[in-house]
Parts: sequence; C-alpha cells; structure tokens
Amino acid sequence: MKRSKMLATLALCAAIGLGVYLASPVPAATMAPTDPIGVITIGPGQPITIAWWLVVSGADGTLGTDSRRGIEIAIDDKHGMLLGHPIKLVGEDSGCNPEGGTTAATKVAANTDVVVAIGSSCSSEAVPGAPILWKAGIATVSPSNTAPKLTDPNRGPDYDGYLRTAHNDLIQGKVGATFVRTQLKNVKTAATIHDGSPYAQGLAAAFADNFTKQGGKIVAQEAVGRDDTDMHPVLTRIASTKPDLIYFPIFVAAGGFITRQAKEISGLANVTLMGADGLLTPDFLKAAGDSAIGMYQSSPDLTPDAMGADYSKVFIPKYKAKYGELPIAGFHAHAYDAANVVFLAITKVAKSDGGTLYIGRKALRDALFATKGYHGLTGIITCNQYGDCADPHIAVYQIVSSDPASWDVGKNPKKIYPVGKKM
Amino acid sequence: MPRGLTRLTYVDLFLWAFRIGIVALVVVGSVATLVAGRYTGQQWLDFVEFGLAQGGIYALIALGYTMVYGVLNMINFAHGEVFMSGAFTAYFVAAPLGASGFLGRHLLAGLLLVLFVSVATSTTVAVLVERIAYRPLRRAPRLVPLITAIGASFFLQYTFRGLYGAGIHSYPDIAALSGTWRIGGIPILRTQAIVLLASVVMMFVLYTIVMRTKIGKAMRAVAEDRDTAALMGVNVDQVIVFTFALGGAMAGAAGILYALVFKQVHFFMGFVPGIKAFTAAVLGGIGNVPGAMLGGLFLGIVESVGPALFLDGLGIRAPYQLRDVVAFTMLLIMLIFRPSGILGERLATKKA
Repeated sequence: MKRSKMLATLALCAAIGLGVYLASPVPAATMAPTDPIGVITIGPGQPITIAWWLVVSGADGTLGTDSRRGIEIAIDDKHGMLLGHPIKLVGEDSGCNPEGGTTAATKVAANTDVVVAIGSSCSSEAVPGAPILWKAGIATVSPSNTAPKLTDPNRGPDYDGYLRTAHNDLIQGKVGATFVRTQLKNVKTAATIHDGSPYAQGLAAAFADNFTKQGGKIVAQEAVGRDDTDMHPVLTRIASTKPDLIYFPIFVAAGGFITRQAKEISGLANVTLMGADGLLTPDFLKAAGDSAIGMYQSSPDLTPDAMGADYSKVFIPKYKAKYGELPIAGFHAHAYDAANVVFLAITKVAKSDGGTLYIGRKALRDALFATKGYHGLTGIITCNQYGDCADPHIAVYQIVSSDPASWDVGKNPKKIYPVGKKM
Repeated sequence: MPRGLTRLTYVDLFLWAFRIGIVALVVVGSVATLVAGRYTGQQWLDFVEFGLAQGGIYALIALGYTMVYGVLNMINFAHGEVFMSGAFTAYFVAAPLGASGFLGRHLLAGLLLVLFVSVATSTTVAVLVERIAYRPLRRAPRLVPLITAIGASFFLQYTFRGLYGAGIHSYPDIAALSGTWRIGGIPILRTQAIVLLASVVMMFVLYTIVMRTKIGKAMRAVAEDRDTAALMGVNVDQVIVFTFALGGAMAGAAGILYALVFKQVHFFMGFVPGIKAFTAAVLGGIGNVPGAMLGGLFLGIVESVGPALFLDGLGIRAPYQLRDVVAFTMLLIMLIFRPSGILGERLATKKA
C-alpha cells in the first residue's frame, strides 16, 4: 500500500517535471550555463541575495557594524539594483570568535539563495567559517580579516573561495615595527601580548620579527585569554623584564583592561603602549578611559593622503548623513570596496535570459579572483591567487582624547606616521 | 596490610599516578621559579594582592550559588546574569554622577547610591527568577530546574542586551581611588584594598545573618530537611525567597566591586565570572557558606600566582594564557583528593 503510494507520487513528480521541461521555452535550456559547483537561478524581479557575516554585538560590535554600513552605502550607490534585479542584503552576527563564525557561516550556507558573502570581521571567525561557506559553493570577501595565514600559499583547498580587501598583517606588523624603530628613539626593548586568536598571534609575531630585524629587542612574548579581565598578574610578569614598549594587537575588551591596568603596575608607569586595528574604535576609548591618551595604534590609513578625494568628499558625507556619526572603526571603506568587487564579478559572469539571471558559483569565484586594477576607495584592488586583494596603506595613530564624541580618525586618533608621504 | 591495598584497581593506580604527577609538577615548577629569582618579593606580594581582590569578587558571587544549592539542591546558572544586571543597571546612575563631578565631591554618598541601585536591581532580578522560573518546578526532577536555569540565563542576557544595547560601557574613573596606599611600607592599589575590605565585611555580614538571626536559622533548617522544617512551622517559600534575595544582594555588591576594578560592563559580562564563581563554590564545598568564601579567595590567588609560580619554572612560555588550565586543574585535584570540596558539602549544619 505504502510502496504503491510512493510510486504514484514519484510518477506524478516525473510527469510534472517533464511537463515543466517541455513547457519551458527552448532557449532557457541552452542559455542556462553549466557550472561545476552549481548555478544560482534568479527569476524575473527576484532579488540577488548577498549575505554579510560580521560581528555586530558585544565589545567588538563596532568593527562589524562599521563594515556593514560600508556595504549598505555601496548598495545605495547602485540604487539597490544590479542587472535589473533588486539587491537583497541578509546577515548573521559572527561574534568575533570561532564558535560565532561557525554558526554564522553555517546559517549563511544553509540559505541557497545566497550568491556570495561578505565577511568575516575577525580572522578567528574566518578560519572555521570560510571552509563551511565554500563547501556550499559560496565565495566570501572579507573586509577586515588580516591574519597572514588566511591567504598563505599553504592555506589549502578549503579556502579556495576566500578573498579579502583588508591588508595582510605581515605588512601591518612591519609598518608598526618600523615606526617604533625610526620614530620612538628611546624605545629599545618591547614586550608583545596576544590573545590566542589568529589575528593577534599573527600580528604580534610579525611585529616581533620586524622589531628584532631592525635592531630592537623583544624581552617578553606573553598571551592572555580573550575573556580575561584581571591583567595585573601578566603585566607584573612583563614588568619583571622591564620593556620600554608593550605591543598588544588584540580586541577591545581585553585591550581596554590592559591599557587601564598597565599604568597601575609598579615598574610600568612610563611604558609606551601600542595596539593595532582591532582597537581603532570609539568603543576602545570607552573601555580604556583616560589611560588610552598617548597610546599608539597602527591601522589602515584613512586620511586623504592615502584614500583619494572620493573618500573624504563623497563617501564620508554619505556615511554621516545616513548614520549620524563619523565611521566607528577602520574597515568601512574596505567593505565598500568588497561590495563593489562583488557587484563587478556578478555583472561579469551573470547570464541573463529575458529577466531570468543565471550565476555559476565557480565562475563567480574565478571572476572574484580575477579582479584586477579596480579603482576602489582604499586604492587599486588586484587579487592574487591566494585571495589577497588589498592595496595596503598603513598609518600609525596616537590617541589625543579619551572622549568618544571627539572620535575622528586622523584627528583623534591623530595620524603621526608615515609623515607627509604616501606609503 | 591496609584494607585498601587489597582492592587496588587500575583506576586507583591511574588516579594516584595523576595526583603524584601533578604534585610533582607543582613542586618542581615552584622550586625552579623560586631558584631562578625572576620576581622580587614585592612582585610576589603584588600577585597575592591581585589574586585576593579578584578572589573576593568570586567569593561574593559564589555565596549566591552555594546558598541556593544548600537550600534547594539546585545550581542557579542564572546567577552570573544576576551579577551582570546590577552592575550594568548601576552604570546608568554612575555615569551621570561621574560626569557631573558628584562622585568626585561626595565619594561615599555617590558610591553608596550606586551600590544601592546595583543591589536593588540584582535582588529584584534574583527574586523574580525564583518566582517565575523556579518555583513552579520545585517538585520536578532535578534536571528540569537546571535546564530552566540555563534558559533563564540566556533570557536575562538578551533582555539586558535589548534594554541597554549590545555595546560596552565604562564606569567613570574616580580620582580618589586611583594610586596606591602604603600599608606597613607596602604599596597597595587603592581599588584592590577597598575591594578586599568590602568583600570581607560583606561576607562577615552574610555569615552573621545565616548563623545568628532567626531567618538564618530557618534557612539552615530548610537546607537540612525542607519537609520537616515545614512541619515545624517554617515558611519554606519565604525562606527560599529570602535566600535568593540575599544571594542577589551579594551579587549586586560584587558587581559594583567588579566595576570599581575593571570598569567595563556589557550584557555578556556575567558569564565568565559566573562560571568562575561556580568553580569557587564547588572548590570550597558547595552548600557551605564559609567554603564559598574560602573557595573564591583560593581560586583568585591560584589564578594570579599559579601561572607565574608553577609554570614559569617549567619553562612554559606565556604562562598566563594557561591561567584557566591552572585554575581548573586545581579544581580537579581538589575533587580527587577531597570530593566534597575544601570544607565539605553542608550549609552550616551537617547533612546526614
């Protein structure tokens, strides 16, 4: 009884399928491109779905929120339309940790409408998340992952669908070390602190390498937990090695604790503090308070020296008009560029057929990697075979006021390096 | 021949090897660290001071876990969120007070006001959770309230995220509390000294309530045998509400002490201190009030001193990354040597 019912259902399905096949206009059968990992079909008037997976809550929420705004402005600039189809933006909070990255990527991957993804924010999310997306045939472009290992030549086929418009920290670490060695004459020794995340670990190592190469001495390489609050003990340990500078390229919560507590440790009252792009947000001023004043941070250069006229004259006013404040982290422009690179690649590979759009997933991935000489906000974007697309300009800033309302990258924090020239 | 030796199993052998191995590691590591002489005496004192301040906060939160366990035999996993609710809410009083300079001029009055808001919020939340989430399940199997507690924990986190936003906030700096005091020639950070002092006073008050007052006696009676206590005329519901309120008040006070030292508050801040305080309660013997205090201080000191003392000498790089490993290994060792915790499992009076 049951079996015969099933057979009947199957037969019915086959009949309907055949009917649809025969009824559909002949060109569709020939127009629909074939693709080794699948084709997305978007019917007339249906939206092109693009997903973000960024951190938009918690201590690092500004990092991803800022990037999401960059994407939204890119969509506004297209008036919400691409190839005659509306652009639909969906998203998942990725939490700036491996668990959140896995969850967000799994949710995005489960949505078969998603053409391509933009994210993640933190490298720790991308390490487990990017392979999940790529298994589902979704390429992803990150606006702010900077860990060197994500675009390492040995990164493996799991990461074949992963690109980024953010710089590689091998460059940021070098600029940071060069700044300290050439501009801070009284700094001879340094200690580094990472939090076990791929971002912090990679950047701390890159800084230490370059600092040593340029004649400095690394006296301590410490690590803390991401959720640690009491940094006094580890700072006391560092104090026993008497460094001139502490370099901690970590995130807002732990970075705030270290900044506040460092000055309370006997022996560290005059130590110079330096962080990196994970701390470039007004939330860090909230977290660290007055103790942040005088601290150095390396980050993407967002001043007119590096960004070109369009950024300050067109993009920033749009940002301010739409969100009522100046950018709240360092990677909105990279996200804007990531979105445009994605739009360009879709335009290149999409086959249109009387209102129906066909996008091959492998073809789209190849088109993204083939991006060459695109003039974006952050510079000229050209992707290499391992997914590094950035035109990196790194600056060093110094925090001059702890008032979050005074936040204006370039003024507070004030750009102090490189001096008056393009990198 | 001792009776135990005749029944020595592989499990016993493994456990003994494990105990001896850990103790050997601790001894070798400590001796090597002390011989190397990397830290000065002052730095060792600093480690202990930081550990005591952190431990005092753990202890205050642990009291809430341990009292509820003593009375209801359940782990209130939402207790970390009770701690968060007080500190997070009081921020919205502390920030304007700090900005207007009131905290600078009237330090004591300002701090007491902030403390009052925090304690009131935490107490209210703790009592509401008991009333809404736990009381209907009081006769349900033990697993049910446990899962409910985890649910309540998430509910509170995301409620406060909805109320106050997903970002972080920071308590204002208080000039009078920065810098150090010299006590007996030893410089001690002012905030740490205040936190330690306040937590000791608070624990003393709580201990007095439990041991010396009528409601404290009723708590102990309910902990010993709920049904018999009810037959003797103790209002069990009232006692349970009081227990939650007392635990909540301690958590609220701990929230302010935490904010004095660490400043940052956000909706997820209760999770890690909650887990640590639970560890402290188990370490001291869950259900045991002095045990929770001892467990908290012990955990704080181990976290602060342990990595430097035990791991430095073993040549492990960046030992503070392994702070939690040290803390939880200590818990493991404690549970192997004394399965009922440092002071044993009881609420003031021995259970059968």
